[in-house]
Amino acid sequence: MQALTQRAKAVDRKPMTWWEKLYLPSILKGMAITFGHSFKKRPTINYPEETRPFSPVFRGLHVLNRDEEGRERCTACGLCAVACPAEAITMEAAERIEGEENLYREEKYAAKYEINMLRCIFCGLCEEACPKDAIYLSETFAPSNYTRKGFIYGKDELLIPHPIQDPEGYAKAKGLNN
Amino acid sequence: MNTILLAFDLALFLEKLILIAVIIFASLGIALYTTFAERKVAALLQDRSGPNRVGPFGLFQPFADGLKLLMKEEIIPNTSNKFLFILGPFMAMTAALMTCAVIPWGNQVEMFGRTIQLQIADINIGVLYVFGVVSLGVYGMLIGGWASNNKFSLMAALRGASQAISYELAMGLSLIALLMLTGSLSMKTIVEQQMDSYWNILYQPLGFLIFIICVFAECNRTPFDLPEAENELNFGYHQEYSSMKLGFYLFAEYIHMFIGSAVMSTLYFGGYDVPFLDESTLSSNVAALVGIASLMAKIVFFLFLFMWVRWTIPRFRYDQLMNLGWKSLIPLALFNMLLTGALILAKSGL
Ligand code: SF4
Ligand code: SF4
Repeated sequence: MQALTQRAKAVDRKPMTWWEKLYLPSILKGMAITFGHSFKKRPTINYPEETRPFSPVFRGLHVLNRDEEGRERCTACGLCAVACPAEAITMEAAERIEGEENLYREEKYAAKYEINMLRCIFCGLCEEACPKDAIYLSETFAPSNYTRKGFIYGKDELLIPHPIQDPEGYAKAKGLNN
Repeated sequence: MNTILLAFDLALFLEKLILIAVIIFASLGIALYTTFAERKVAALLQDRSGPNRVGPFGLFQPFADGLKLLMKEEIIPNTSNKFLFILGPFMAMTAALMTCAVIPWGNQVEMFGRTIQLQIADINIGVLYVFGVVSLGVYGMLIGGWASNNKFSLMAALRGASQAISYELAMGLSLIALLMLTGSLSMKTIVEQQMDSYWNILYQPLGFLIFIICVFAECNRTPFDLPEAENELNFGYHQEYSSMKLGFYLFAEYIHMFIGSAVMSTLYFGGYDVPFLDESTLSSNVAALVGIASLMAKIVFFLFLFMWVRWTIPRFRYDQLMNLGWKSLIPLALFNMLLTGALILAKSGL
């Protein structure tokens, strides 16, 4: 009979030979194989101490950007929330008042800005939608948490450190130092 | 009455009591770390890194495991026989620990002006005692499996019982050949004989092969772990157990392994004998320490072997297991016995 595919393999139904019935030779062979494996390099990445190198286009945790003077860029236009397929973003807008020019770049700003990291699929559409270059996806991912609430990131978690007051943190968040 | 009181040596009593405590705690500690070693060895053979989070190199992992078991809810199924359900793990643990009594852990040490034998009891039927106690271990499994009132557990318990009986036969037969050589049932004498001449493994290679296979079966270790059979019987006889009762069963298995390794080292590999070293040149205490270290090294090697085999080969099918036991090992052991007898006869007669 012709085989249907080239991968077909005839099943060997010959009774086991005396040598095979001893089992011991094949057991020893198997043990040699497993022992050989104990000298192999382990592919494990010990996560919190070591991290997997990310590609430059990795989409991780969001960062709300500031401009060079340290003012928040977001103007609470809501385009990111509209673009978001997972409906992970909510925000409340507020009007900038006299004397707050050093805090907010535009006349309207986001008083509350929340991203639910459990909903977010890290697609990066918010980043693409933003007209003000205010939101970016960084190369870190959301750390674990015990409560669902802990995954709702507010402005205090999302905002990038101040470039003048905390230049180090800023550089780190931007990924400038590596 | 008076003579009994006079014969009662308080110091000896205390000495033995301390020795018992030390040995029981040592074997518990070793069993504790065997669980850790098992996970590490499994990881090693499978290109993983194993537990490494609790403490340096994960060394405190067994304590975390133990604590976890203790904290778990204690569940006794209400269709079970409560008394036997509790008796099961207790029996398993007791039987496992009782074997330590006759194993000579080392030669004597001299302390506080006394000579202390590093063996709890040097009874002249040590080997028989080990056998008797090891077969008691089956009851732990059988009772636990039956009392759980669960089909899988019962099946596993029956498997375990029949397996133990079948392999004990071959084990006993292989031992008879050894005993024909040594002419003594006392573990201590057997070790002393090996110290003076060669290790028994040289005289009894076939016997040892049979013996080690049977020890694997007695300890319910892969490839003979049918009573447990994670993937077909769903953990078998201890399926219904939780909390520390489960811990006892798991622990008993590791103590069995430890004792099995100790018995194998003692009977076939010279016990606390160090090869190519004349112990009489050392002071008695140093010799005892070296002896203990050498016995421990042998035990550790066998424990590693247990794990190595477990993470290499799959489980036997039940009929294969029975075939191997009754149709291969028992005839082989009988043959080995005849061969040994013939050789002894030839040597003495000619
Ligand atoms: S990355 Fe995608 S899913 Fe996440 S908030 Fe932005 S648009 Fe929504
Ligand atoms: S982040 Fe960008 S798109 Fe979203 S509200 Fe702010 S300015 Fe608009």
